[in-house]
Amino acid sequence: MSTSTLNTSANVPAVAWQRLREVPLLPAVAAAVVLFFVVAALAPHLLTSRDPFAIDLPNALQAPSLAHPFGTDQSGRDLYTRVVYGTRESLLIGLGATGLSMAIAVVLGVVSGLGGKIFDGLINRSLEVLFAFPVLLLAMLFVTVYGPSVTTQIVAVGLGTAPGYARMIRGQVLAVKNSGYVEAAHALGHSRWTVLRQHVFPNAMRPLVAVVTLGIGQSIVWASGLAFLGLGVAPPSPEWGALLDAGRMFITRAWWLEVMPGLAIVAIALAATVLGHHLQKKLEGARS
Amino acid sequence: MTATLEHTAITGTLRQELLKVRNLNVSFSTGRGRDARLTHVVKDVDLRLAAGECLAIVGESGSGKSVTARTLVGLPGANASVQAERLELAGHRIGTLGERQWRRLRGKDIGFVLQDALVSLDPLRPVGKEIEEALRLHGWGTTRSRAARAVELLASVGVPQPELRAGQRPDELSGGLRQRALIASAIALDPKILIADEPTTALDVTVQAQILELLGRMKERGTGIVLISHDLSVVATLADHVAVMQGGAIVEQGPARQVLYHPQHDYTRALLDAIPSEHTKGTPLSKDGRARITATSRRPRTTRPADAPVLRAEGLVKSYQGHDGVVRTVVDGVSFELRAGETLGIVGESGSGKSTTAKMALAMLEPDAGRVLLDGAAWTGISTAARRSRRRSVTVVYQDPLSSFDPRWNAERILLDALARQDYPGEAERAAQVRELAGQVGLQVEHLAKHPLQLSGGQRQRLAIARALAPEPEVIVLDEAVSALDVSVQAQVLDLLTDLQQELGLSYLFISHDLGVIHHMSDRVLVMKDGRAVEQGSAEDVFNHPRHPYTRELLASLPQLGLAPGQRNPPAAAGTPTTEGAHS
Repeated sequence: MSTSTLNTSANVPAVAWQRLREVPLLPAVAAAVVLFFVVAALAPHLLTSRDPFAIDLPNALQAPSLAHPFGTDQSGRDLYTRVVYGTRESLLIGLGATGLSMAIAVVLGVVSGLGGKIFDGLINRSLEVLFAFPVLLLAMLFVTVYGPSVTTQIVAVGLGTAPGYARMIRGQVLAVKNSGYVEAAHALGHSRWTVLRQHVFPNAMRPLVAVVTLGIGQSIVWASGLAFLGLGVAPPSPEWGALLDAGRMFITRAWWLEVMPGLAIVAIALAATVLGHHLQKKLEGARS
Repeated sequence: MTATLEHTAITGTLRQELLKVRNLNVSFSTGRGRDARLTHVVKDVDLRLAAGECLAIVGESGSGKSVTARTLVGLPGANASVQAERLELAGHRIGTLGERQWRRLRGKDIGFVLQDALVSLDPLRPVGKEIEEALRLHGWGTTRSRAARAVELLASVGVPQPELRAGQRPDELSGGLRQRALIASAIALDPKILIADEPTTALDVTVQAQILELLGRMKERGTGIVLISHDLSVVATLADHVAVMQGGAIVEQGPARQVLYHPQHDYTRALLDAIPSEHTKGTPLSKDGRARITATSRRPRTTRPADAPVLRAEGLVKSYQGHDGVVRTVVDGVSFELRAGETLGIVGESGSGKSTTAKMALAMLEPDAGRVLLDGAAWTGISTAARRSRRRSVTVVYQDPLSSFDPRWNAERILLDALARQDYPGEAERAAQVRELAGQVGLQVEHLAKHPLQLSGGQRQRLAIARALAPEPEVIVLDEAVSALDVSVQAQVLDLLTDLQQELGLSYLFISHDLGVIHHMSDRVLVMKDGRAVEQGSAEDVFNHPRHPYTRELLASLPQLGLAPGQRNPPAAAGTPTTEGAHS
């Protein structure tokens, strides 16, 4: 007779995010953004015909217009061109710092996870000491001692972010080491090394794929933070953090000096993150 | 209306209809856009239940029984669409209720008990507070009277030392106590109807018996119980009516005695036949009978005099130091002999040390004292390297096959990995052997390309068995290997194991908490309690003439259909379906 319907709605933001992620458009846009920045890093002249260092004082501090889409800085240099040319150093810092921090983290994490009580205890306590300091503080300390350059920025951010990753990898290694399939492999009579090579390493490193892409964006943000504090690559380099630092003085008069390089940082970090999520889903989806 | 309902529920003189369901349909929408699909999981289900009765919904996983139960408490799940011609519960039309109205009803008129008490209880809240919360939400009593009522409720569900237990958190309680605490909170407000989804599945038999007795007492007091279970013997002790579900539809429904002892539908019959017990020994449990096994003895098996022990454990002891510094002896002086071609069943409840014993038999764990001998030579107490060459003589099948497979590997890769390199030098030979193994355990060639996650529970366990067979072992340790399977799948796997044993002359160390399975499979039985072997002997002796009081208690706790297949004509109740109280 009377037909009734029960509708159950789950938590709204979660559902919205789920839907957003299911749109294949988002990874496509992210890929396009990443591609743009890769081109900018490798061949910036393809994306702009201007010179990032060409001073044009009469046109200083122009608001964004058709001629200067991102506006101009205090010396009349085209900000868009500078952002494009700054990509190489910024990406280098992002990739380098992530690579370095991953390398440190993998070594520490694996040794900690497999090395038994003594190594695990030692590494864990040291990591806890490092955790006590904010990433930025560690990085600042390093740059202050060794002077600002691209290399020190990479090392500073890499060292600063490594403890977090090391902890994560240690957890992964421990989880895999105690998993049923590792026990099963031992029961089949495989040697310790075979088990490590066949099961522990590949499974423990699996989640890293996503973390790395997330880490790249994060590292760029950290490096920009350092540059903003005057501990980055020195001007007139168009590295994004340096641009932010330089624009700080004019923030009340020329908002675009802060907003435009900021947008570039947000764009690459977001795009890398979205791609990372997508990649992770693809990798895991293939198996389920 | 409510007043009269309560009245009749209490006196029980007039059997009030508590549950009226007609044409219930539940479907789930999955996917989005082009992938959108509607899965119909409950189809045209009709159910009725009167006060003081128990309706059991029986079926295997995927039959829709849990979704039916959850729909009855207004929690069908995300993306569910529920349609029903009639949906009345304890006098309320529940089809049109909103979430707020549901909250008022749930706990008050409708109690709900889930299978896993650990996830249903707040881990940070003492169980007494949990019960008080249920009372408070429905405005019952004062803070003080609620606390007293919580203790009273815990006592009423058979929790010893209820004052002490009320102040403890779920992780401080055993599984049985947790489940009782959950039931106590479900019945706190004396609901007219209690919906219990596999309330005893995770519990040991002796605890299960207590819970069933408790539910029986509630039924006598006039509570209507909807019991969801896959276990027909549990159902037999409690249910007045049984509905058998398959593929979302009820295939058979009627008075319990009729359904359980004179099943009309083939599926019900198959379900009943699949239950392993003392009567099924030596007979195939699954309908398709024996799987044809092509045993190709490539390697001559070690010939030994009949009855020679393959695996021998002498006085095994293992203890662990807990976080509180107290040393607990998990296995205490266990000895056994596993003879060639035989099955030794180790039975015991959780925490009895049977899995630890299995690990020592596998030499995955060194005993603190005692030793294990394999073919007369030391198997424990030697270096890992010295053991490696003989590792392949003893293999293992775990309860949860999924976690024992590397998630990156497909079935073929898993089996290839388990093959002994030296026996199959060529790639083609190895591939052929993998196919043969798959054939032996009844897996199709197309299953080989799949990842374990894409296989069904039964297929996964077959894959695990194939992997255990790959090294051509003499002994397979089966650690609760069929416990997670549906009864019909369990029947097939048990039949497969029996056939493999006969064809290949394997010895099984069969560990299970399920007495029926142990009885069905074992030649000899070892009963464990608190780390000790309390009784050991031939299966016949142990089950028919138990000497140790604990064995007797175990056997008495076992809910039984009590009849052998083909003998389903209980003389006492031939054709007189009655709704009697649960005095059993």
